[in-house]
Amino acid sequence: MAHSRREQLNMSGILSTLIWLPVLGGLLVLAAGRWSTDNRREGLAYWLAISTAVATFVISLPLFTQFDTSTASMQFVERAPWIQVFKVEYFLGVDGLSMPLILLTTFLTPLVLLAAKNVIKDRPAQYLAAFLILEGLMIGVFSALDALLFYVFWEAMLIPMFVIIGVWGGERRIYATLKFFLYTFLGSVFMLVALIYLYLQAGSYSILDFHDLPLSQVEQTWIFLAFLAAFAVKVPMWPVHTWLPDAHVEAPTGGSVILAAVLLKMGGYGFIRFSLPITPDASRSLDLLMIGLSLVAVVYIGFVALAQKDMKKLIAYSSIAHMGFVILGFFIVWKILARTGVTDGAVMGMTGAMVQMISHGLISGALFFSIGVMYDRMHSRQIADYGGVINTMPKFAALIVFFALANAGLPGTSGFVGEFLVILAAFRADFWYAFFAATTLVLGAGYTLWMIKRVIFGAVANEKVAQLTDLNGREFFVLAVLAVFILGLGLWPAPLVDVLSASVEHLVNHITQSKL
Amino acid sequence: MLKHHLIDGGPVFNGSVYTWMVVDGIHMEIGFLVDRLTVLMMTVVTFVSFMVHIYTVGYMHDDPGYQRFFSYISLFTFSMLVLVMSNNFLQLFFGWEAVGVVSYLLIGFWYTKPTAIVANLKAFLVNRVGDFGFLLGIATLLYFTGTLDYIDVFARAETMQGETITIFGGHAWSALTVACILLFVGAMGKSAQVPLHVWLPDSMEGPTPISALIHAATMVTAGVFMVARMSPLFEFSETALSFVLVIGAITALFTGFLGVVQNDIKRVVAYSTLSQLGYMTVALGASAYAAGIFHLMTHAFFKALLFLAAGSVIIALHHEQDIRRMGGLKKYLPITYWTSLIGSLALIGFPGFAGFFSKDALIEAVGLSSIPGSGFAYFSVVAGVFVTALYTFRMFFLVFHGSERIDEDVRGHLREPPWVVWAPLVLLAIPSLLIGWPTIGPVLFGDYFGSAIFVLESHNGLAEMGHEFHGPLSFLLHGLKSPVLYLALSGIAVAWYAYLYKPSVAENIRRRFGVIYTLLDRKYYMDELYQTVLAPGAARLGGLLWRVGDVAIIDGAAVNGSARLVGWFSGVLRQIQTGYLYTYAFAMIIGLVVLVAWLTLGVNN
Repeated sequence: MAHSRREQLNMSGILSTLIWLPVLGGLLVLAAGRWSTDNRREGLAYWLAISTAVATFVISLPLFTQFDTSTASMQFVERAPWIQVFKVEYFLGVDGLSMPLILLTTFLTPLVLLAAKNVIKDRPAQYLAAFLILEGLMIGVFSALDALLFYVFWEAMLIPMFVIIGVWGGERRIYATLKFFLYTFLGSVFMLVALIYLYLQAGSYSILDFHDLPLSQVEQTWIFLAFLAAFAVKVPMWPVHTWLPDAHVEAPTGGSVILAAVLLKMGGYGFIRFSLPITPDASRSLDLLMIGLSLVAVVYIGFVALAQKDMKKLIAYSSIAHMGFVILGFFIVWKILARTGVTDGAVMGMTGAMVQMISHGLISGALFFSIGVMYDRMHSRQIADYGGVINTMPKFAALIVFFALANAGLPGTSGFVGEFLVILAAFRADFWYAFFAATTLVLGAGYTLWMIKRVIFGAVANEKVAQLTDLNGREFFVLAVLAVFILGLGLWPAPLVDVLSASVEHLVNHITQSKL
Repeated sequence: MLKHHLIDGGPVFNGSVYTWMVVDGIHMEIGFLVDRLTVLMMTVVTFVSFMVHIYTVGYMHDDPGYQRFFSYISLFTFSMLVLVMSNNFLQLFFGWEAVGVVSYLLIGFWYTKPTAIVANLKAFLVNRVGDFGFLLGIATLLYFTGTLDYIDVFARAETMQGETITIFGGHAWSALTVACILLFVGAMGKSAQVPLHVWLPDSMEGPTPISALIHAATMVTAGVFMVARMSPLFEFSETALSFVLVIGAITALFTGFLGVVQNDIKRVVAYSTLSQLGYMTVALGASAYAAGIFHLMTHAFFKALLFLAAGSVIIALHHEQDIRRMGGLKKYLPITYWTSLIGSLALIGFPGFAGFFSKDALIEAVGLSSIPGSGFAYFSVVAGVFVTALYTFRMFFLVFHGSERIDEDVRGHLREPPWVVWAPLVLLAIPSLLIGWPTIGPVLFGDYFGSAIFVLESHNGLAEMGHEFHGPLSFLLHGLKSPVLYLALSGIAVAWYAYLYKPSVAENIRRRFGVIYTLLDRKYYMDELYQTVLAPGAARLGGLLWRVGDVAIIDGAAVNGSARLVGWFSGVLRQIQTGYLYTYAFAMIIGLVVLVAWLTLGVNN
């Protein structure tokens, strides 16, 4: 398979635009917030931010429409020398694995900004700017094909996220930020060491060169573990997941949305861009560990979610359980091969994992938006403070019940597609993998709908609930757009799957061939 | 459509509408398979749905959720049709879950009612337990056949019989048996078979029209339909059939007993539904799929009728559901009375009524079956006839005859509900009375189903019966001589004696057999098991894992311990730090870049 993956050069510069336009927009928004007069300051900053985000989204659409689904090669490639002495390049490109994640980012950011209007009263311009800059950097992570460039985006991205939680967060934001910081930074340091080692071996920082680099079993194992430290924290996998509930609880609504929808996906993306293709033999020998941890995430975390009293924590735990499916889908490849002698089903599992990532981005984003809508009115995230919200907010109730059902994996919503494929594929590896994974049908429905019962249904619980007002137009728009996409992807996932298929097949072929 | 298939002899339609996705060379499609089994289900679903729509116009007239209600039942009809018209397992699962969700929404329709929102959560979760098995069943089939299309899977059934799968250490199971039992677990959830039956009685918290449509006539029969649809698979696994047979028999008899002690009019009918679903399941287990489906059809008519009649009583009495506070309603509600009588007679299988043909044929088919467990099943369904007659006429007498135990102020304006309510009763009474006559021949013994249902020659009790079938009239005469009829009649007699003629008898029995009464009244304590042991147990386990695993060990020891270490370290370095985390982060990046530079330069030199 060596060097079969030639990149297709395309000088449109679309990826660069997607990275730097929001960053530039963010800086302008900062400036607008600082220099214009008090009254107009907010309006101008807001207008600038929204138009930047919408423009970014529109510019990102050709990634989908002009995408060549027949090839696993990198597309929309931009390549230029950057720091020549270390052979570091400014090297961007996307394939079927990264392109959907970029679209997810450009799709969600305008919604986050839209939802912030009139809600964030403290330093709104800085808030909007932080998200725009974050957007650019996240797109950078997904499109970087040079390992050092990737690493720079990877770490730089954390800064706006810290700021968002640390400045606009809740009471224990400092604790949450510190925890987030400790976890992610510790993991990243190991990744950097691994990347440098790979550079020394390959003589370049090109990730594609790393893919074809022959490595011994020992080398692979160390590199795999170093990557694992970085990516497992991001996903997050059990037992390095405890930063996530705290970060979610303390983060402002937009922070939670981006955290759950996009940031967690970087862990999953890391596995398929780095761990699996660079260290396939180590991945194979450690696959039982990964499968075990992912099933623990589904079952153990499913139970833990049942016990939560804070809505954001509950959804945070639900995210961990759902991301368990992603890891399961990635790592069952070799067990399928060992049991059946063929890789049939491996593509299905991996496709399911990818769809699960996109779907989870939409659904968890929608749920965090929904909780934000309630929090803005009641200033509480405690389930016990609610009850009977449907009486005063019927439109909102309809939407959140829909999102809850999607979170429980209802067929016809995107939440079903990924879980379905991963369970079907896991069955090919081992009956019990599928069995434990499928417990999510009961557990997922249990914790999600039990929350809905206590929060949404019932008689009006107290005075505060009685005085709630239903969604305004802006909130309705944000939630309805998400609902449409969740439903659309559930009823017709083929367009997404078509984008994924060539790259997923290539990946499965690549990783089932030993590098030794 | 019915005309097209029956009269014009139209061919089976099997085609796909669009491709859901293609992955790993497996085409997952949304498509339809319309054969005669489907057509029969479609007719039942749309007819009962239509009746319920009309009825709802009157029944839900004053409800603030009037429009919401109609949108839900339309969604239900859509989902149910998706389910029955599917040509593959994927879409079947779509419809399967979608009807479950609509059921969830409709049981919780009155969302301020605390019991309703417990009941709907319970219904959904219990169904999900069934779906858990169902999904694994689909996964098993996909694993062994490599496709999700019915036709292709069925074609591979016979070979799958020989393949094995090892689940528990060492013992190899027939793959087909595993698949069929897992699929049937799904049917146990949806069609409320013991021990997953507990949600159905509680589902009566929903409005009565949906109890009739969803929780009696259509959705709960989806499991029965599914097994009949999968007959080409189940036929090759005697173990699975035996499992189906025994579960169905337990359900048929033991849930019937519960109906005898219930006092809520809707719950009596609900337990009756459970018991009748058990009958259908028994028929499936005995390979008499056609009898199961035939009973499904007649049951849909008379049970919908009984539910709607119960609803008519309930609104006439201003939402009173306790049969102890009814009685003597015959003269106030004549139409409801007569239609209920027809429904009740049909339910107990009184000769000539729809239920007679289906139930008698079913019992006889079970008697002819030789599958392990069929002896017990035969006993259950025969004994069940007596129980059915007992609870049905206990309710009937307590509601319509005897002393008037209704409130005085209600009695003043007690009158028959408007025509939109009673017209569907009449329209349902007609098939409850007559549908058996023209249909028994073709459906049971003729070639109605054609290739839609597959029965092995050695299992085919119905065909054996078919040799002796000479038209519905002789079937009727044959039935008159059978002891089954006399069991039913004695059930009526006991009900009449104990509840109408001499009510003290029932009271005495209740006191004498207090233990049994309590056991029945507490529904064998299964709700207690689920609701005070399993569900809170799961929540408590979650709490324990969270507090011990996450909070104490991971956070307490590992994370905060290192955080304190860092805190101490930063205290030492505080003089040169700004204290802002992002400065730390930035400093670390700079530091790392320097490190990289140093490392790489060092190596290059």
